[in-house]
Amino acid sequence: MTRNFQTGGSPHIPPQTTVAKVMLQVLLALVPGVLATTWFFGPGTLVQIVLATVFALLFEFLMLRLRGRPLKPFINDYSAVVTAVLFALCIPPLAPWWISCIAMLFAIGFAKHLYGGLGQNVFNPAMVAYVVVLISFPQAMTNWLPPLALAEHSLGLADSLATIFTGQVPVTGGWDAVTQATPLDTLKTGVDAGRNVPEITQSALFGAIGGKGWEWIACCFALGGFFLLYKRVISWQVPVAVIGSVLLFSLPFWLVDPDSNPLPLLHVFSGAIVLAAFFIATDPVSGCVSNRGRLIFGAGVGIITLVIRRWGGYPDGVAFAVLLMNMAAPLIDRYTRPRMYGE
Amino acid sequence: MTISLKAEFEQAVGKRSHHFHGGLRLRHNKKISCQDRVGPPPLPELLVVPLLQHAGDISEPLVQAGDTVLKGQPIGQCQPCAAVHSPVSGMVEAIEVRPMSHPSGQPGPCVLIRPDGREQWVDLNPMADWQTASPESLIEQIQNCGLAGLGGAVFPTHAKMRDGRDRKTHTLILNGVECEPYISCDEMLMREQPGKIILGARILRRALGADRVLIAIEDQMSAVQKALTACPEFANSENISVVKVPAIYPEGGERQLIQVLTGQEVPAGGRPSDLGLVCQNVATAAAVAEAVTEGKPLIERYVTVTGNGVSHPRNLKVLFGTPVSHLVECCGGYTQDVARLVMGGPMMGYPLESDSAPVVKASNCVLALTQRDIAPPQAEMPCIRCGECARVCPAMLLPQQLHLQIRNGLWKPLEEYGLKACIECGCCDYVCPSHIPLVDWFRYGKGELRTRALESEASELARKRFESREARLLRLKQERAEKMARRKQVLNDKSSQQDRILASIQRAESRSRSKPGGQGSGSADDT
Amino acid sequence: MLISVLLLGVLGVAFGLGLGWAALRFRVDTDPLVEKIDALLPQTQCGQCGFPGCRPYAEAISREDADINQCPPGGDAAIRALADLLGREAKPLNPENGVETPKTVVLIDESRCIGCTLCIQACPVDAIVGATKLMHTVIQSECTGCNLCLPPCPVDCIEIVEARVNPPLWHRSRPATAVDRVVLQ
Repeated sequence: MTRNFQTGGSPHIPPQTTVAKVMLQVLLALVPGVLATTWFFGPGTLVQIVLATVFALLFEFLMLRLRGRPLKPFINDYSAVVTAVLFALCIPPLAPWWISCIAMLFAIGFAKHLYGGLGQNVFNPAMVAYVVVLISFPQAMTNWLPPLALAEHSLGLADSLATIFTGQVPVTGGWDAVTQATPLDTLKTGVDAGRNVPEITQSALFGAIGGKGWEWIACCFALGGFFLLYKRVISWQVPVAVIGSVLLFSLPFWLVDPDSNPLPLLHVFSGAIVLAAFFIATDPVSGCVSNRGRLIFGAGVGIITLVIRRWGGYPDGVAFAVLLMNMAAPLIDRYTRPRMYGE
Repeated sequence: MTISLKAEFEQAVGKRSHHFHGGLRLRHNKKISCQDRVGPPPLPELLVVPLLQHAGDISEPLVQAGDTVLKGQPIGQCQPCAAVHSPVSGMVEAIEVRPMSHPSGQPGPCVLIRPDGREQWVDLNPMADWQTASPESLIEQIQNCGLAGLGGAVFPTHAKMRDGRDRKTHTLILNGVECEPYISCDEMLMREQPGKIILGARILRRALGADRVLIAIEDQMSAVQKALTACPEFANSENISVVKVPAIYPEGGERQLIQVLTGQEVPAGGRPSDLGLVCQNVATAAAVAEAVTEGKPLIERYVTVTGNGVSHPRNLKVLFGTPVSHLVECCGGYTQDVARLVMGGPMMGYPLESDSAPVVKASNCVLALTQRDIAPPQAEMPCIRCGECARVCPAMLLPQQLHLQIRNGLWKPLEEYGLKACIECGCCDYVCPSHIPLVDWFRYGKGELRTRALESEASELARKRFESREARLLRLKQERAEKMARRKQVLNDKSSQQDRILASIQRAESRSRSKPGGQGSGSADDT
Repeated sequence: MLISVLLLGVLGVAFGLGLGWAALRFRVDTDPLVEKIDALLPQTQCGQCGFPGCRPYAEAISREDADINQCPPGGDAAIRALADLLGREAKPLNPENGVETPKTVVLIDESRCIGCTLCIQACPVDAIVGATKLMHTVIQSECTGCNLCLPPCPVDCIEIVEARVNPPLWHRSRPATAVDRVVLQ
């Protein structure tokens, strides 16, 4: 007596990991950094994260509907949430609410779905969004806060919400009273004005190495990054290449002329280098495929960032560096195809 | 590898061990089928013996419906490939197209034999003294007994032997590394019949002209190691070592095993014999021992019947042509929630539509899986280019690139990216977070490449034929034109006109003279 | 101002000369375009494209006298390959030239064949064996499926059959993907 069965492709043990699991691990790894940011700079960033997430999911829903794609696996895969959180970590804590809205429109609508959706984006969506709002709204995007310890007026949750949603700071003196340049910004204007780097970095704003508060945040992101390395969500090539190239290429400049070039470690611990090294440049979709390619990609990000920091018009060039290397990634892939067995 | 294992390895092989790129650590699930001794199931009522059980072309049948056959009688022949023998004595009911457990799922010609229960053997020709026989005669005996690789690839053994002999083999590797989960037939064979395996190793070594034999087993198979090293044949042989290798899937793949044992990589597009190595499965070695010393052709093999969908998993010694349903019955039948039947292991096996499919030379395992075993936790999503697949690929390929290229029909770069080198182990599929059926895509891609190569060969041939035809027609045209031109020239040559007219008048007269009563037949001038 | 114009002009000329020299010095000999196009055509020699054979069609394409979507035996695959090669747009197969069909060969019914050799003369690849008043038969492995032998046959003894695929040559079909399933809805 025979019995018939349904067939299916091999292997017949299904994979245990899912896209959602991978994304959740990334979100988990971001938690220490988010907590550190909130500790040092107030609850503004948390509000931005919530706002960005809401807008990101909204636009994801809209775009999926417009493209006729099913909602079920795509809304739940948390990839939009990761984009939103990464973006929110890059913008000033008190940026107006419409910044997140426009940014997520560009990130999810343009940079992700117009290129084909999950897995098809050529450019890192969070960085595309950041660059778009940075260039379009330079004023709103440069209203950074000083660390709470150094601030004259610190804004609590209610005040932060009010600022974000109304655009007006509920403190006498308005924006000027609460904002202050970031360490990198201070460094850049100082050096352009002809002052000595060691003199500039004396100020309390610079903390121990890279910027009060910023250095701890960088350490927390690094912690999250090591977690991702342990879980094999990312591979070591990109972080090592980014941080390594930053250290390596800023070293000769500092050795030759320490008066107009900061310590290599300052470059690593300030700004978004560590966040980029572990979370942004490691975006698998827009990065390189082979390990050698990833090394080149990471090195490129580090070097271009240094160039922009030193000679470019922006205090921190990580976003531009990532986007430029995204453009170069397919070519790098073509030339770094790894050796196959038996070749 | 642990330190003690490394030391053991070095002692056995003489060099340090290596590792291959990628691979996965999978749960073995083998113990459940190793509890009982191996025995044969009761004789089935009807045996369906396919004529294609090996890599190569379909065999020609040597019998027809109504013939009586004896056990071990040849019933199918195929010159470069392995012959097919009758597994029982009985009567041939028919030769029909039936499902033949081929990975393609396609049916093919099968010989249906109804056993008479007497199990009468045909006259066997064992070799009197293999130790003094010529290697060529050993290989011929192997060929006559229809031996094919029992590891799953069913490559005709004699062809491998001849190739290895021609290229000066120095080491014979016996592959006892059953790396796929659930499968334990080779392990049980090594535990129960170690002597036959060692004997087979010695025969194969003599046939190849090799110096030494390495029997590779997984590192957790200590019972097997004991059985092999304790048997008397092992004590009496020289230069045969048992080597333990780490149990990483797909360690049992020929190329991966060679890389671990010797550190060398089989050249791309090449064979192990390029390195002076030949790899054979342990079950093939045991079959060689039987073929040479007892003259028994290949008619049965150990098969593991296991999985959560079978009540009583175990190993059986099965005659080819036995339907899978018979085996499952012998193992207590299906459980309530059985959902899929697989011929082979969970990583590389192919699903069976019906359990009437027969056991063939390539069948090492019948796996019945429940819904829980096979249910994927997520629907298929687009590739997120995470690179996990490349990290685990033992052939060091880039599965995500291959997948994109096949999907988008970019056939030329596929050759460069090494699709042909893919061993279809399923490691990439297993780690993919997007649950893309990579192995299915690669099988499709390989098939397309093959078809395209054949098509381009065929069209090249057609073009050549067309061109030569055109050339021939042109040549004929030219010859005719030249002939016409010459005729015209002669006709226009006034000087010889008179002579020609006189000559043709004379010819006509002579013809009419030779033909009595009448004019010439009016045949025209021939110039 | 004048200096800059002159300087840029000189630089332009210099670079132009340099590029010209490089084009000559590093020239790579490639197949002529017609060969490349011909290599992509299926060599059925059926004439459905409107040209007497694949080579004349290839020549017409290279002269841009013909479009790339006129070959039914080549089908979509050939059109896409030609579009890739020539940098032209890939269009669907022109229905005036025919439709894409699975590979077929022809079979001569030997009981009806009268040995007239008309089909032998028609076959563009000499795939029919035979002579006057002797049996004609098709060498199936050489038949390209062009069907040019059918019209000349005076007794209609040639039929079209599907080409068989050996199990060893069988290959798995394209997996249906989730995305395809969504789009097909």
